Amino acid sequence: MATKTEFNNPVVRWVDERLPVFTYLDHEYNQFPMPKNLNYWWNFGALASVVLVLMIVTGIMLAMQYTAHVSMAFESVERIMRDVNYGWLLRYIHMNGASMFFIVVYIHVFRGLYFGSYKAPRELLWMLGVVIILLMMATAFLGYVLPWGQMSFWGATVITNLFSAIPFVGDWIVTWLWGGFSVDNPTLNRFFALHYLMPFILFAVVGLHVVAVHITGSNNPTGVDVQSPRDTVSFHPYFTAKDSVGLVLFLFVFAAFVFFAPNYFGEPDNYIKANPLQTPPHIVPEWYFLPFYAILRAVPDNFIGAWMGFTLINAKLAGVIAMFGATIVLFFLPWLDTSKVRSARYRPVYKWFFWVFLADCLLLGYIGSQPAEGAFIWIGRAATAYYFAHFLIVFPVLGWFETPKPLPTSISEPVLKENS
Amino acid sequence: MADEVQTPESDDDGTRRREFLYLATLGVGAVGAAAFAWPIIDSMNPAADVLALSSIEVDLSPIQEGQSVTVKWRGKPVFIRRRTSDEIAAARAVKAGDLVDPQPDEERVQQPEWLILVGVCTHLGCIPLGQKSGEPTGDFGGWFCPCHGSHYDTSGRIRKGPAPKNLDVPNYVFLDDSTVRIG
Amino acid sequence: MRMKVLVIAAAFLAGISSAQASGEKIELPQIDWSWKGPFSGFDKAQLQRGLQVYTEVCATCHSLGLVAYRDLADLGYGEEEIKAYAGNYEVQDGPDDEGEMYTRPAIPSDRFVAPFPNENAARASNNGAYPPDLSLMVKARKDGTNYLYAMMIGYADEAPEDIQLMEGMNYHKYFAGHQIAMPQPLSDGVVEYTDGTEATLDQQAKDVTAFLAWAAEPELEERKSLGIKVLLFLFVLFVMAVAVKKAVWRDIKH
Repeated sequence: MATKTEFNNPVVRWVDERLPVFTYLDHEYNQFPMPKNLNYWWNFGALASVVLVLMIVTGIMLAMQYTAHVSMAFESVERIMRDVNYGWLLRYIHMNGASMFFIVVYIHVFRGLYFGSYKAPRELLWMLGVVIILLMMATAFLGYVLPWGQMSFWGATVITNLFSAIPFVGDWIVTWLWGGFSVDNPTLNRFFALHYLMPFILFAVVGLHVVAVHITGSNNPTGVDVQSPRDTVSFHPYFTAKDSVGLVLFLFVFAAFVFFAPNYFGEPDNYIKANPLQTPPHIVPEWYFLPFYAILRAVPDNFIGAWMGFTLINAKLAGVIAMFGATIVLFFLPWLDTSKVRSARYRPVYKWFFWVFLADCLLLGYIGSQPAEGAFIWIGRAATAYYFAHFLIVFPVLGWFETPKPLPTSISEPVLKENS
Repeated sequence: MADEVQTPESDDDGTRRREFLYLATLGVGAVGAAAFAWPIIDSMNPAADVLALSSIEVDLSPIQEGQSVTVKWRGKPVFIRRRTSDEIAAARAVKAGDLVDPQPDEERVQQPEWLILVGVCTHLGCIPLGQKSGEPTGDFGGWFCPCHGSHYDTSGRIRKGPAPKNLDVPNYVFLDDSTVRIG
Repeated sequence: MRMKVLVIAAAFLAGISSAQASGEKIELPQIDWSWKGPFSGFDKAQLQRGLQVYTEVCATCHSLGLVAYRDLADLGYGEEEIKAYAGNYEVQDGPDDEGEMYTRPAIPSDRFVAPFPNENAARASNNGAYPPDLSLMVKARKDGTNYLYAMMIGYADEAPEDIQLMEGMNYHKYFAGHQIAMPQPLSDGVVEYTDGTEATLDQQAKDVTAFLAWAAEPELEERKSLGIKVLLFLFVLFVMAVAVKKAVWRDIKH
């Protein structure tokens, strides 16, 4: 703490002298200097943390009513929907909240990609963000199993079976994950325990993510570093006010889904109780996993990675590696991107590749929702190939060939020019 | 909050208007947050299926004079005793003024023969003994709580021991001579 | 840039919602249901007729296990009517003092009594087919209300020549694969409505669909009416937040 804040309230002062929480809050959320040119795309980090809190609160209330047993889980969720006071509201908030969380976080990530928020000195901030995404995915997957509908059960079966692709120990790991020889009561019980645990780990990593952004300060649409106090305004009231606008608008959209289309993001099959003897004809993951699902299925069945007569990896393992690789590659992005310029505003070529990449991700999402047959297979493979090429080829090469537009000398410069 | 946005050229009137706008917005937001707290709190109240079970009907016809039965109501035992004339007499002989929690027997029963009580000791919630033959009934022929030694009489009133109050009498109605609805 | 993102996002969401269909595309008849609008709810008289159809026809084979008799209060029935309705069914209870299980008439707090004690018994009575529970049927099928209605009206006397019906199966226009084990449950005048409504096939199909839509989403009316209030509140708060933001930022050039 550079300087201590002076407080008038004696209780606050007494606490603060012994544990400077109020000084910390004042520094980080009141006086904290923010680049004054942040646009509304910078709202999404704050939105994500609000959704996380909403998910934890509604989740704890739901856990008080839920029964993690294969013969009662489905009925206990329906009891929440029918008999528990406002149970339907809590459950629909939690269910749609998962989708909202991913929408907000995906936008947050693409904002980072567009404006180069992952570049030095924010590499660790970015990597913590990737950890957050991985934790969110695990938490969402575990939570989706709990209502014990058909999609819950078969989703759990398919995803846990991915681990059988690991050489030598794969089958053992799958049995260990299940606690049995199929997805059954022990699996449901541990998934519930883990689903309750993970959000708190997530919360802790979000805390680190926030601390990290307060060390480096926020990036901004020009990508140019803050140079003088002229470039910044204090967090409060400027960004509390601006974030509030985005937050209320977001809550409006969220509420519209919860109250008027609560099952829009869901699958009808999950309102059928899990039946271990019958797989639904067309199983698909939740929408936020679809791009990854498409990458998983993109590897050709006859794919064999052979080396000197040894079969190193088969198609299943290659698919799994590709799927996890799609997220893992993000960890290396700060070093794969060789351009010194952060913001796509001053990178005329990268700007186009950014939109191509966004379109590619949406295309992968669409492919993931379709049955793996006909043209979809080939489109899926091409889109997967581009996904990895974007990181492994486009990013490194562009930095060498692209001529960036001239950067403004400071954040204030373009503003001053416009206004003069 | 308003101090930081004040600029030298802003007039007092405008400042006051903005000040009001900030407070009003904060207030409306706070009302929204408080309103959202209610569904969260209310979800912990008894649910519709729990409330639906909160009244039970008991058939009294198999109970002989001098016998007791215990039925479960709202997760707690309810003692139903068909009292003998001696027990009724004993309960009515006591002067209300001598009691820890003064209440005449007449106020605790609808029909003198049938004593209906929530079988939970008013001290710390244990279940008193005395329902089954052979169990201790305490010094006053009613019930005896083994946890901390509270003695209840044949009207379920506390006579000795740490319990502060008589055993509760639940709401009940006789639907006919041999059926009672509790709750 | 913003527009572009919105357009792409919209196209993406549309893609997801139309993505689930596979195989032969079956077009369901689209009915203008009374409870589909943002302000509209169920028609209680229709729900009562639907309950009658369910009770007299569907309940012979299909359970409704997630709904309790007490829930019928939503349909406008009083306590005594519900008690009388529940009393028509026997539930197993026990054990009694001798350790025997016994049956007693159902009471309002009981859930709807199933026609068969378990799945195997249901299959044994239905040529091996299992009549599914109907509590969530409307939510468990894509376009569930129109689907259910189509199930009721989609039977044809003769299968087209290119379809070879299996033993005990019936031709159905809308059912996936066009072969359904359930024989046509409704036709004109199967029930006689107590409120005097003419019991055409179409009327009965709509009424029972309405009843099952209620059974699947009993919270629908409460949800929508609360939703309107929440959205109005958020709209007001949004306008205020925008005003605050403008006031706070008015002297900052950015």
